[in-house]
Amino acid sequence: MRQLVTPRLIALFVGLFFVLAVLWAFVTGAGTVIGQGYLKEANAEQEFHKHPNKYEFGFNGPLGKWDQRQLQRGLKVYDEVCAACHSLKYVAFRDLAALGLTEGQIKAYAAKKVVPGIDPVTGETTTRPGLPTDYFPSPYPNEIAARAANNNAVPPDLSLITKARHDGTNYVASLLTGFQEQPPELLKKFPEAKTPAGLHYNPYFANLNLAMAPPLTTSGQVTFDDGSPSDVQSMAKDVAAFLTWTAEPNLVKRRQTGWAVMVFLLFATVLAYMSKQQIWSAVKPKTKD
Amino acid sequence: MADTAATADTSLAHDTAPETDGMRRRDFVNVAAVSAAGVGGLAVLYPLISQMSPSRDVLAESSTELDVSAIQPGQAIKAVFRKQPLFVRRLTPAEIAAANAVPVDSLRDPQTLAERTKEGHEDMLITMGVCTHLGCVPLGAGEGEIKGEFGGYFCPCHGSSYDTAARIRKGPAPKNLEVPDYEFTSDTKVVVG
Amino acid sequence: MSFPWAKEYQPTNGLTKFLDEKLPLPRLVYNAVGAGYPVPRNLSYFWNFGVLAGFFLVLQIVTGVILAMHYAANAQIAFASTEHIMRDVNWGWMLRYAHANGASFFFIVVYIHIFRGLFYSSYKAPREMIWLLGVVIFLLMMATAFMGYVLPWGQMSFWGAKVITGLFGAIPLVGEPIQIWLLGGFAPDNAALNRFFSLHFLLPFVIAGVVILHIWALHIPGSSNPTGIEVKSESDTVPFHPYYTAKDGFGLGVALIAYCLLVFFLPNYLGHPDNYIEANPLSTPAHIVPEWYFWPFYAILRAFTADFLIVPAKLMGVLAMFSAILMWFFLPWLDRNPVRSGHYRPLFRKFFWFGLIPAMAVLFYCGGAPAEEPYVMLSQIATAYYFLHFLVILPIVSSIEKTEPLPTSITAAVLGSDKEVVKGEAAEPVAV
Repeated sequence: MRQLVTPRLIALFVGLFFVLAVLWAFVTGAGTVIGQGYLKEANAEQEFHKHPNKYEFGFNGPLGKWDQRQLQRGLKVYDEVCAACHSLKYVAFRDLAALGLTEGQIKAYAAKKVVPGIDPVTGETTTRPGLPTDYFPSPYPNEIAARAANNNAVPPDLSLITKARHDGTNYVASLLTGFQEQPPELLKKFPEAKTPAGLHYNPYFANLNLAMAPPLTTSGQVTFDDGSPSDVQSMAKDVAAFLTWTAEPNLVKRRQTGWAVMVFLLFATVLAYMSKQQIWSAVKPKTKD
Repeated sequence: MADTAATADTSLAHDTAPETDGMRRRDFVNVAAVSAAGVGGLAVLYPLISQMSPSRDVLAESSTELDVSAIQPGQAIKAVFRKQPLFVRRLTPAEIAAANAVPVDSLRDPQTLAERTKEGHEDMLITMGVCTHLGCVPLGAGEGEIKGEFGGYFCPCHGSSYDTAARIRKGPAPKNLEVPDYEFTSDTKVVVG
Repeated sequence: MSFPWAKEYQPTNGLTKFLDEKLPLPRLVYNAVGAGYPVPRNLSYFWNFGVLAGFFLVLQIVTGVILAMHYAANAQIAFASTEHIMRDVNWGWMLRYAHANGASFFFIVVYIHIFRGLFYSSYKAPREMIWLLGVVIFLLMMATAFMGYVLPWGQMSFWGAKVITGLFGAIPLVGEPIQIWLLGGFAPDNAALNRFFSLHFLLPFVIAGVVILHIWALHIPGSSNPTGIEVKSESDTVPFHPYYTAKDGFGLGVALIAYCLLVFFLPNYLGHPDNYIEANPLSTPAHIVPEWYFWPFYAILRAFTADFLIVPAKLMGVLAMFSAILMWFFLPWLDRNPVRSGHYRPLFRKFFWFGLIPAMAVLFYCGGAPAEEPYVMLSQIATAYYFLHFLVILPIVSSIEKTEPLPTSITAAVLGSDKEVVKGEAAEPVAV
């Protein structure tokens, strides 16, 4: 057994090497912490950033369902407000059938949109009215144009926005209603954090200062066909609902499938348990595993 | 499985001799559990198989709109329908007469020209450009292409000849060139599919 | 090798007799996972996780092959093709969520499997080879999972690829050329995406091959068990089928319930929102983290913040991260105590529950946290313990530990006495 001491001795040295290296890092780090104070300097982002408010939506919860009329209202808000700057490139007009639009309505809706096309005679790029198979057109021909038109800040595509942000649905609704004056206590504490010209203060935005100007400003900015209230809060909620649908169109179907799967699995697992108990009853004392 | 369970029981034989009734109940639990697993397995196969059928975007592109006003008698154009060639041909009076002169009973796939066109547009012959033999694209729609001995289309792959109504007349193809579902939305506009 | 009392396969009809003569596949299955494989009768539910890992490997291969039918490995359209799967392909959303969460579940199951092995010292002779092959599988899994996460070509995919290949840049002299070679460029792009896709498709089949070796090696000495004592007589074992097929079936049901809850109700819970933003080489997300199953090792990587002797901090972190797993290869020769099960090793047990497990928990937590205090200092302490545990404590404890008395046999452990099992006895409740 004596030769077996060797691998363990090597391990001991290797182990001590790593332990010393990481402890050395710890000591250097601790030195810095002692020298400069434990907490990092507080900044305006940490103190004044707000998490999204919780809103009630019909699709919340495991049994939630889309409210088609709300989605249609959200589409209208997107159309009349957001679409001026934001694309929705993963959504096709044909997808709007899920909002309860008929084939004819989708066709008419698509035809009102202008999409890029190619002249069949000359081959030059041109535009044509949209077809149901087309995707929502981008307001800018490319990213450089988007950047140039928006003071160097590219408006993000909105198709997936509610999945691309933490708590995305609530985030969108909160952000749209969260524009405000910079709180005086912020300026008092962090005078250098004053919102730069051309940006807009919004506590729901990660770094508090957003290039987008408040898009929903007045009650009745969008007129809803179903007579629903169109105050800023409602418009923000409706468009957040719509953008939840664009990000995860299969949300409701997914949960419904999930329920069927869960019921079956519970049933099958109970059967499997009974079968296992029955098979083991022959050899297994009941008090110990 | 129930079988082996029973064997294992007897070989280990720790339990009191099971009465017939008990045996049946135990077998039932095992059979039910295995059946449930089988049902679950089969259910999972459904999405695994159906994922290969055309996706929503492919199905959505299954109609094509055409403007036929520019096609002169005797001319044909090739369009695309479901990623396959579509032949749109304006027949000359002579071609119509030739097609109508053929006794329908003598055809391999008996159809009149009228059955293959729309009322009021008997001169517009719209067919798939896909040979019914093995799927090649027949010649005859393009300018200067050979039309075969019956003046319609000729498939160079295996020598099938179609007449001026795109009906199979000679060669291995079993059927006439397929006429897709279409309708005239105006005198010059056709929607296929 | 098998126990002399293992049941022998008996072909019953013409077809099975023919097969048994020409290609004895049924006999192989019978001896591997059928009635012909005697298994200790006292396995706890911790022994379910091997079969579960096998199940999730197959699930990943099936869903992965299907996703590959719809996915396009081209940096221009990779992100859009993922959305195409989510929106247009029949059941595509389910298949993608099943695959993404299947990876997480595969890791959950394998981590439990590994920690079962660590607590019961399943790596000890005569089972060293099983353990070594298991570590190989784990390494292959990590490589596969990393490359799979790059494929959707979101922000986390892109920056993950950049950061992880950047690790190789720490190697002295040849580091940078190696990184450029790995990526086929100066930053992740088409070349990298394509090779990652190709390897992500290949490696699971390599894993499946090593899994077969892992199971083969298992069948030489047979399964270990919670007492850690070897099988002595027939009464210590039960045939794998139907006893453990039934138990594994139930375990699989429970695992699937947890898995399907995630797939159908919280499919993005373990993911990161930034990966729904298309890759942008010009902007790094504010807080980049790898997938959760890499967190402990990512924490170790980041714990080395200072140059040590002649080794620069970056290299030190990379060395430590790889060593943290590679040292598992030497475990069978570091822990030499003949007693296997942690149940009979009081000192080892204390270090396991009050040292290793908390250290791993801290590393998991800090790996997912931003690189700021106090997380860095916490992960430094946990990292120190992690290396101390495997390379210093374990070898010492295994020499000095006074273990508790072992039961005389597995049967005795189950029945609470050393009585031979006779008819009618085992079914009676036995006081513990």
